[in-house]
Amino acid sequence: MSRPKNVGTDGKKLDINVLKRLLIYILSRYKIHYIFVFICIVISSLAQVSASLFMKILIDDYITPLIFTVEKDFTPLITALMVMASIYLIGVITNFIYQKLLVIISQGTLENIRRDLFSHMQKLPISYFDTHSHGDIMSIYTNDTDTLRQVISQSIPQFLVSFFTIISVFISMIILSVPLTLITLSMVVVMQFVLKKIMSKSGRYFSKQQKMLGLENGYIEEMMEGARVVKVFNYENKAINNFNKINKDLFDASFQANKYANILMPVVGNLGHISYVLVALIGGAMAVNGWGNLTIGGLASFLTLNRSFNGPLNQISQQLNSVIMAMAGAERIFKLLDEEVEVDNGFVTLVNAKENEDGSLSEVEKVTNIWAWKHKREKGQTEYVRLRGDVRFYDVNFSYIENKPVLKGINLYAEPGEKIAFVGATGAGKTTITNLINRFYDINHGSITYDGIDIKLIKKDDLRRSLGIVLQDTNLFTGTIEENIKYARPNATFEEVIEAAKLANAHYFIKHLEHGYDTVLTRSGASLSQGQRQLLSIARAALANSPVLILDEATSSIDSQTERLVQEGMDKLMSGRTTFVIAHRLSTIKNSNVIMVLDNGEIIERGNHKSLLEKKGTYYKLYTGLIEND
Amino acid sequence: MIKRLLQEVKEYKKASILAPLFMVGEVIMELMLPFLMSFIIDQGVNKGDLKAVITYGSLMLLVAFISLICGFLSGHFAAYASSGFVMNLRRSMFENIQTFSFANIDKYSTSGLVTRMMTDATNVQNAYQMSLRMMVRAPLMLIVAMFMTFYINSELAVIFLVAAIFLAFLLGFLILKVNPIFTEGFKKYDDMNASVQENISNIRVVKAYVKEEDEKEKFFNAASALRKTFRRAENYLVFNSPIMQLTMYSSMLALSWFGAKYIAYGNMTTGELMSMFTYTINILMSLMMLSMIFVMLSMSVASAKRIVEVLDEKPSITNPENPITEIKNGTIEFENVSFGYYEGEEKYVLQNINLKIESGETIGIIGSTGASKTTLTSLIPRLYDVNEGSVKVGGIDVRDYDLVTLRDAVSMVLQKNVLFSGTVIENLRWGNEFASLEEVQNAARLASAHDFIEEMPKGYDSIVEQGGTNFSGGQKQRLTIARALLKNPKILILDDSTSAVDTATDQKIREALKTTRPETTKLIISQRISSIQDADRIIVMDESHITGIGTHEELLAFNKLYQEVYETQKRGDEE
Repeated sequence: MSRPKNVGTDGKKLDINVLKRLLIYILSRYKIHYIFVFICIVISSLAQVSASLFMKILIDDYITPLIFTVEKDFTPLITALMVMASIYLIGVITNFIYQKLLVIISQGTLENIRRDLFSHMQKLPISYFDTHSHGDIMSIYTNDTDTLRQVISQSIPQFLVSFFTIISVFISMIILSVPLTLITLSMVVVMQFVLKKIMSKSGRYFSKQQKMLGLENGYIEEMMEGARVVKVFNYENKAINNFNKINKDLFDASFQANKYANILMPVVGNLGHISYVLVALIGGAMAVNGWGNLTIGGLASFLTLNRSFNGPLNQISQQLNSVIMAMAGAERIFKLLDEEVEVDNGFVTLVNAKENEDGSLSEVEKVTNIWAWKHKREKGQTEYVRLRGDVRFYDVNFSYIENKPVLKGINLYAEPGEKIAFVGATGAGKTTITNLINRFYDINHGSITYDGIDIKLIKKDDLRRSLGIVLQDTNLFTGTIEENIKYARPNATFEEVIEAAKLANAHYFIKHLEHGYDTVLTRSGASLSQGQRQLLSIARAALANSPVLILDEATSSIDSQTERLVQEGMDKLMSGRTTFVIAHRLSTIKNSNVIMVLDNGEIIERGNHKSLLEKKGTYYKLYTGLIEND
Repeated sequence: MIKRLLQEVKEYKKASILAPLFMVGEVIMELMLPFLMSFIIDQGVNKGDLKAVITYGSLMLLVAFISLICGFLSGHFAAYASSGFVMNLRRSMFENIQTFSFANIDKYSTSGLVTRMMTDATNVQNAYQMSLRMMVRAPLMLIVAMFMTFYINSELAVIFLVAAIFLAFLLGFLILKVNPIFTEGFKKYDDMNASVQENISNIRVVKAYVKEEDEKEKFFNAASALRKTFRRAENYLVFNSPIMQLTMYSSMLALSWFGAKYIAYGNMTTGELMSMFTYTINILMSLMMLSMIFVMLSMSVASAKRIVEVLDEKPSITNPENPITEIKNGTIEFENVSFGYYEGEEKYVLQNINLKIESGETIGIIGSTGASKTTLTSLIPRLYDVNEGSVKVGGIDVRDYDLVTLRDAVSMVLQKNVLFSGTVIENLRWGNEFASLEEVQNAARLASAHDFIEEMPKGYDSIVEQGGTNFSGGQKQRLTIARALLKNPKILILDDSTSAVDTATDQKIREALKTTRPETTKLIISQRISSIQDADRIIVMDESHITGIGTHEELLAFNKLYQEVYETQKRGDEE
């Protein structure tokens, strides 16, 4: 395993493809909404435009005549005002509608993104989680997703409005004067160039800012998780110092990013003013000398248009900041969405079965106590293989990182119901073996079979469903104790839950809690002792009732009283099940059928407790405490 | 609340003042531009006077240039001030969090604190930057335009006043409505984060039990609850812009009607009415800008509140007023100590504990799961404070000591062996950051960690992954013991910290401790009788009580629980 990778890029230039992809992502999911938004925006802008036109008409056609009449008749004015009032009303209503739609779109899109992120993350291989800082992943859901909100609710509609205005103004400009339009356009090109320069700068820093946010998030989480140790070692000040370093880097990135973002607006605005002066000068020369059919009145109008043309550009540039920031966030979001998911080419599934009179199996709908692998053969035949729990390794090689083999030439056979124990020093590859059985990682060479079927052919979900697991770190979830035990089988009855808890000897302590099975666990069950948490995780595995069990030595820190109870329960649980035990305490595995001693990724000794002791080899040394087992 | 927040601006005050100042410059220049533009048209273009166009044009270029400079500087300082402000905020929050007791941390939860430090802080940063830039721009434009309208026709200007009051009233109402919803929304945000965090750290279990779909559902529920809440809030906010337009259009209509009457009777010119229209738009646009700022601010108010909560949270365990900074020796006394984790809990997890331990003694603690062995020892370095009675170290109540002094003197190796990302030596130096390599190595030797560290390709500079995942349980335990020894403590607490270490090494470590650290009081919590049987005294705990204290032999003779444990373990060994 390598150092946790950072999710983001190293502050390199933002990719225009990210923007394209982001827009497609946002627009495609709310097509109809956006069409309505567009229509409403057009109507509402038209109402706005008519508002400005109205002033001129009002004065010229209605008010001015009033000055010169003696009998002042205000009725035409009232009628005109009524007409305008209705147009305005339409404007207000459409404005309200599109604002409302945008709320639906923006909140919906954010939810969609989070859903997509989470759904995708659920499909990622374990290696992703092993190699990325958890705080940094979290940051994608929060810091990065948040950057999109403003883009959706403000920038995109603003772009639509501006686009609409620009087009209409542009057409009027061309009608008035082609050369002056070209001058205006050439300034737009200059603006574009400057914009691009500034944007790439600020984009780079925004990218860095998002990355630093992720890093800082990760650091805070690590310190919070280790809060006990931090306190015991008076490490607070050191932690603060380290934090300040990261925080300072975040400041630098954030400062630079915002600086470039802030200067966009004045730069674009004032380039617009230069454009205005240029047009006035050249247009003035043209009008005075009578070039290009430009009249003085035409020039005055053109100058107004020039302002209306640069105005929306200015507005767009205001929105660009949030677009740049969103691109930095989107980049990290897409990076996660682009992570390759766990591949599953398996087609052998696990089904309920019943035994026919001739001893063959057939599939049934209802729950039976017999499970079978449904194996579709080439010629359309379906074969049912009874689930027994026979696991074999043939010449398995594996490495997490290329050229650093962790397991070498492993061969092992576990008959149904056998208890196989792995012992050996750290790094010998014990945990790795179990990672391979449930395909958290895929082997590089050799094969593993389950009831005679290559596990690569078995659908991963079904493979894992057939394997119960109790891990070294007991992982509990927020929820009641009952919910936690029912984790693998949510539809289990309360009686079954109690039965499982009794089997794991967890029932006694649960019963004594104030709220019993309804006790709510938070923060991974922090209110329970480590031993109690382990009992729960055993009860959870017991309820899952799978034919093969993987125990990553869960009994190491339960007191000996509880441990004896657990051992009894485990023995009950293990009877009739194939069990792989990664042993940390050798006393728990003496009754194993086979004990494998691993060293440097190879099985160096195998046998039962008695034969291995007699052999006086590594196992003997481990057992007598001469070498450390882990 | 805002005041508390602004205290954190600190060294960025200057930039915070300069940014709006330059903004004033920019706005003034901007307000001049329309005049210059009309001059270019009226004096230059319309009269066909190229010279005037050139004069006013170059003047306009100059103004634009000054405006550009001002805008640039304003942007620069605003970015500097807001980034700095948020840096200070995060630092202060982190600093305060470091003083939190576990009761404080539990109140917020880890993910809650993370959201406050990240998302909420970013919200405040954006709001602050916006305020620095727009808070000046909008009011300034508003004032200038207002002044002009009153100048033209004070009676008509009353329309704006009515409109402005109407607007302010409605906006205020909206903000009041929206604020509590945002507060609720952020709570949902925490929940969603917690759900992600839990999923990530439990991913192995999720996958092993093929629970991806259910987890997805859980998360989807959290995400959609979040969406619904924020949507409710924003549904109020969408009234903002229509209300704005409604006011604007209404004032225009009113202006037309009343203006027409004035004009009809010769009390006003049409040109003045035209200017009034322009200023209407100006005024209402700046009001619009203000309302946008208010929306931003009201969104960040919820964030600001949450930040201030963290900043103002008083750690429940603090230094006494005149702390004692010297600890005489490693004696420990528990006098009638009772303790419970939660207020109002029916049953204390420690009940009426009395105990005296001499300096240099080695004490074993054994007992069933949940017997509060860890809790008992956590009271010594004041990770928690007792509810009743008192805990004394060196004859003085732990609550009278300086916290750093106390915790420096009490070293605790925890059940959960937490290592941090960094190198081996960095992790060990947590115990004493100034320790020389030799001292580090000595501590590592004592903890039987030196050999395996040396065997690693990079030795003491080997990388430790986050959470120490690249070390075995036994190695982690030995590293954490070495880390604790480097502190050279008066009291050393080993909380089941050799469970993954083989018996021989366990023995070796205990002997090394005994010979090299005779002065240190050693408390060893263990499940293995073998780890504690040669202790000076052994404490047997069961369900919040001490049921027996004595040597191995004494307990074996008189303590039923101890006998049972012994029998179980002996039988296990003989089998």
